[in-house]
Amino acid sequence: MNGGLLVRALRDPASLGPDTDWSGLVSAARAEQLAGTLAMRMAGCDVPPRVAAIFASARRDAAYARTQALWEAEMARRALADLDVPVVLLKGTAFYAADLDACAGRSVGDLDILVPRADIERVEQALLAAGWERLKPADGYDDQYYRQWMHEIAPLIHRTRDRMIDVHHTILPLTARPTPDAESLIADSVELESGLRILAPADIIVHAAAHLIADGDLAGGLRNLWDIDRLLRQFAAADPAFWTTLEERAVRHQLRGAVRRAVRLSHQLYATPVPDGWRAWRPADALFRARLLARNAWGQERRKLLRFAFYVRSHWLRMPPLMLARHLWTKARRGRQPG
Amino acid sequence: MAGPTYIADDLYELVTVPLDGLSLVYHEPSGATHIVAPPAPEILEALMEGPADATELLRRLHARYEFDGDEVIHVRLGELEEAGLVRRA
Amino acid sequence: MRHRLDIQIGPVAFRIGSAWKAPLDALGRLYAAYPKPADGLADFTVRLEPEKPWRRWLRPSVAIKGDYILPDAAPLALAHGLLAAEMGMNLQMALGQKNYLLLHAATVEKDGRVLIMTGESGAGKSTLAALLGERGWRLMGDEFGLLDMDTGALMPFPRAVSLKNGAIRVMEAEVGADRFGPRLEDTPKGAIRHMRPNDRAIAGMGQGGMPSLLLFPRFGPAEAVRGVGKAEIFMRLTQASTNYVSLGRRGFDALARLVETVPALAIDYPDTDTAVGLVEAFWRERAA
Repeated sequence: MNGGLLVRALRDPASLGPDTDWSGLVSAARAEQLAGTLAMRMAGCDVPPRVAAIFASARRDAAYARTQALWEAEMARRALADLDVPVVLLKGTAFYAADLDACAGRSVGDLDILVPRADIERVEQALLAAGWERLKPADGYDDQYYRQWMHEIAPLIHRTRDRMIDVHHTILPLTARPTPDAESLIADSVELESGLRILAPADIIVHAAAHLIADGDLAGGLRNLWDIDRLLRQFAAADPAFWTTLEERAVRHQLRGAVRRAVRLSHQLYATPVPDGWRAWRPADALFRARLLARNAWGQERRKLLRFAFYVRSHWLRMPPLMLARHLWTKARRGRQPG
Repeated sequence: MAGPTYIADDLYELVTVPLDGLSLVYHEPSGATHIVAPPAPEILEALMEGPADATELLRRLHARYEFDGDEVIHVRLGELEEAGLVRRA
Repeated sequence: MRHRLDIQIGPVAFRIGSAWKAPLDALGRLYAAYPKPADGLADFTVRLEPEKPWRRWLRPSVAIKGDYILPDAAPLALAHGLLAAEMGMNLQMALGQKNYLLLHAATVEKDGRVLIMTGESGAGKSTLAALLGERGWRLMGDEFGLLDMDTGALMPFPRAVSLKNGAIRVMEAEVGADRFGPRLEDTPKGAIRHMRPNDRAIAGMGQGGMPSLLLFPRFGPAEAVRGVGKAEIFMRLTQASTNYVSLGRRGFDALARLVETVPALAIDYPDTDTAVGLVEAFWRERAA
């Protein structure tokens, strides 16, 4: 068994028969941060009593994740209310805040927000004043690295709630090759009742695809891809022109390749309905698919060589080779220094 | 000095259990549990009447209780604000 | 995974996989009298894996993995594989158990009522509970108290008792040699020996009970008994619970009810016999 059982369970929960490897399915789901999602998908399906109890527990977990995510967003809103800065929620928190289908059963880690680059200093100061703290000293190499090259400042952690906030000013590191149009991401964002904002629907897909394909090593990819599946279904159903808009936004953000690949993978794994012209399979897609499914019935990661290849790729995506060499050199030297 | 105007969450969002002089407070929106000592429970109750700044709050507290925490009212409000139990209007 | 062992402990079923045979052999001997999960399924999966591929054979190093993982956990030597398996089960409970409110407590039952002993690590709760379990009480658990949030009852979770350093000798004097696992030297916590709960504890692993007394025992030069304020009890119990925070309103209501309805005492005890005597005296009082 590989991650395929999990994918099949999500895609078609009723198709699981009585001789399903339930323990394997649960372990794989937990490893992929999809336990809550699986539990929601399988609500009402015929499962053994122990599995039903596991799913009930996972649904409660998801309810708590929702409470935490929305509360963190609210506390950030309060801290930033006086700044008159647009604050755009990203990822899982955004899904919960807007009650999108993609939020069903979803786990949420840190709070991710997007603000204009020009306002980043003021935002950081306001957060520090409201009880968040830096993890590392302000002038360290890591902090400098973040400020110069990354798409976010170094994460802050709240001193009593112990939850992290990532403040982004764009959706890809500055050193990555595509340069998304951060200003239009914010300009076209949608305001929620609370005053917080989320990205426009097509931009949410572009961000998710950027995160999955154009940044990172695909760890946790099955969950990110499930997000994309749920979002695509919901947005396409609500807007007949959605696919055209998605193409336009993908091009504008220089992420057409990533978006198209993400859509193909979603169609392939989760049977997302996509138009002709968005489906044609590319050779490298098989590698992405294999990487996404590299999980066994014990919850272990498989395909070490393939995972390593994607790991190397993730560094390559973020940095031109000379920069990477210099970065690794600095880190190595720091590691060898006493104290 | 009056300072900012504060709002407390609605009554239904707080579950309070008094336990020998202190109060356990479960706050639904955050899922957090707080153990609060006087005058915090009294301040929260007084704010249930509606938004108030420190001056108005003290007026309500004096009207309801034998209250003598005037000097530290801003500190208490700051603590409640950081805990998320009150917010600025 | 090359080797596998399934164990049911109280309401929880574990699936334990290992790259090496020895830890599961030792675990299997310790839990030989325990049932296998009736449905062949698991609530939690533990994995004992080599930290790096070559560490399966070269200075074997056991990394504790599973459904729930602590990212910075240090691996253990293969000689301590049994300890790694036990720690793995603890970790799954601490991070993944949401059906019961977990109290860091030892629980024992007598006359249908349950005594909860809680407090800092090293205060001797495990040893006290193990002793009481050999002297007419039923051991329900020495590490985790499982509070049923709907009924207010404590449910048994009778794991092998983890005895450290001096406590090992105390229990070796009390029960037969066949009740023990191997003596593990030089673990991160010193010398450790696991003691299997007796047949009565194992037979009763499905039987819960309502709590009757909360005890905060502490080693002290002289015997002493004190009351504890209810707000303080609540706070200490939440600090001692790994999953209180994530249980939301349900956890709050259950813990508040426990604290409101169950009396609590803090005791200082200079030796275990004194402690046992105090406990028996309290129990007779409560029954009266």
